[in-house]
Amino acid sequence: MARKSSAGKTAAVTIAAWTIGFLIFFPILWIIILSFKTEGDAIKSPLAVLTSGWTLHSYAEVQERSNYALHFWNSVVLSLGSTVLALVIAIPAAWAMAFVPGKRTKDLLMWMLSTKMMPAVGVLVPMYLLFRDLGLLDSRAGLTVVLTLINLPIVVWMLYTYFKEIPGEILEAARMDGANLRSEILYILTPMAVPGIASTLLLNIILAWNEAFWTLQLTTKAAAPLTQFIASYSSPEGLFYAKLSAASTMAIAPILILGWFSQKQLVRGLTFGAVK
Amino acid sequence: MGQITLSSVTKTFGDVNVIPPLDLQINDGEFVVFVGPSGCGKSTLLRLIAGLEDISSGQIVIDGRDATDAAPAERGLAMVFQSYALYPHMSVRKNIAFPLKMAGLSQAEQDKKVEHAARILNLANYLERRPGQLSGGQRQRVAIGRAIVREPAAFLFDEPLSNLDAALRVTMRQEISELHQSLKTTMIYVTHDQVEAMTMADKIVVLNAGRIEQVGSPLELYHSPRNLFVAGFIGSPKMNFITGTEAAKHGCTTLGVRPEHLEVTADGPWQGVIGLAEHLGSDTFLKVTAEGVGELTVRVQGERGLHHGQTIRLTPPADKLYRFDANGMAMGGAA
Repeated sequence: MARKSSAGKTAAVTIAAWTIGFLIFFPILWIIILSFKTEGDAIKSPLAVLTSGWTLHSYAEVQERSNYALHFWNSVVLSLGSTVLALVIAIPAAWAMAFVPGKRTKDLLMWMLSTKMMPAVGVLVPMYLLFRDLGLLDSRAGLTVVLTLINLPIVVWMLYTYFKEIPGEILEAARMDGANLRSEILYILTPMAVPGIASTLLLNIILAWNEAFWTLQLTTKAAAPLTQFIASYSSPEGLFYAKLSAASTMAIAPILILGWFSQKQLVRGLTFGAVK
Repeated sequence: MGQITLSSVTKTFGDVNVIPPLDLQINDGEFVVFVGPSGCGKSTLLRLIAGLEDISSGQIVIDGRDATDAAPAERGLAMVFQSYALYPHMSVRKNIAFPLKMAGLSQAEQDKKVEHAARILNLANYLERRPGQLSGGQRQRVAIGRAIVREPAAFLFDEPLSNLDAALRVTMRQEISELHQSLKTTMIYVTHDQVEAMTMADKIVVLNAGRIEQVGSPLELYHSPRNLFVAGFIGSPKMNFITGTEAAKHGCTTLGVRPEHLEVTADGPWQGVIGLAEHLGSDTFLKVTAEGVGELTVRVQGERGLHHGQTIRLTPPADKLYRFDANGMAMGGAA
């Protein structure tokens, strides 16, 4: 009896989970479907959209009209560049906060996080002027720095919580065993922290890849990543759903694939320490 | 060699003075136990000797060499941590070999020493396992193995048995004692368990609030505690302390008598009612409320058929009474 009801419960939970999962994924699925339709079919009623013919026409047109390769490459450079830069800054910072905390370490961490709560538009004008005067508008270097800075608090926090999980006694044992700082980092800390660093890296790449506010404001063409590429299809002449969908699909496909293959790592990294 | 001398060593954390000036001499080959209640500074003292904490003032000399400012690895000491502190990503073999690798030994030499340590500690069949695949006792042995291969001047143990269950604790306690017998290396052992201290030590250092209350062999501390603190800390069950008129009769402020020295007799001077009787088979522990004396713990050998609510008479042995003055210091001489 108990077994029967628990089987029923499992079935109900499974159905509910699939339904919620489908609802969340639906907009993306719809974009993918629309991308394979003609402009005319794309604005029909949903049922008519599904029953109409399939075509690669939108992809061909998008490919012809804009330089996907350039935007893709910019996205890669910006997300990887800002992630590597953020890790270079955040690893020593998180290290110091986790293993040699001072009186104000907690306050510092909270302050860093609080900067994420400020609306970005609040600093748009000064940032724009700074970029203009420094000649950084529409440059990869400038945008890499901005993306690094906006994601830095999250990167430091993630690494901090991860490092906190490494027992201090293990590092002390290594010191007693004759390890200097270099060997300690090389043989003990890094191998133990690799899962944490990897999931932080993945999350930051995803965040940087998807970042739209600053990339849209500070780039036009040369440094424009895929977000700008999508936005260019919502033009004053009107919305072209099929082309916009094709562009969106091309923009999100790489990160979707990366996310799919690394989801185990991501979940582990984000929930690490939550359950002992 | 393994002679360690602490001279006027102090440690402060911010405004808190954890270790007031402290002097201590540890001789080569001795098994020294630091014992005291939680927060008495015993682990801090061990970490100061290890070099994991810097001392605030004073001097630490190891084998005639000033080690006050030396890094932990330069002191030639090995430490076994409470949590074992094994490297989780390395096999048992690599864990034990790690200090040798750091010392730059060749692979062949590393293997030889690891195999030797593994034989001593019965770990030969586990060398390729990870720490996560071992039981608590085996992990403890790996931690000891990692310490042994360095051939240190002294071993430092920081409450190494507190994570083990009671039965295993007794076994490991004996193993560590045997290890000391065979290696004859200085060992400094921190514990809050006075039974561990009594059974293992050549010399016990009783600490309280960072101060050394008394240093001596286990039986010296048992028979001649210097003050109330040591008298109450060493011995199980705890010594009974009697104040008031009964103490005044013996010319002291506090009168101490150990539970095992009180005798149940037909005509004893102290009369009381048994509040609780704990029967262990080999011993019986009684909680007695004695008139004019107070609460007493009594340990009698074997089974005596004593039970709750019974009125008994107790005789304190005249030659085994401890007298303490108003400052809690032992007064010496028979009462």
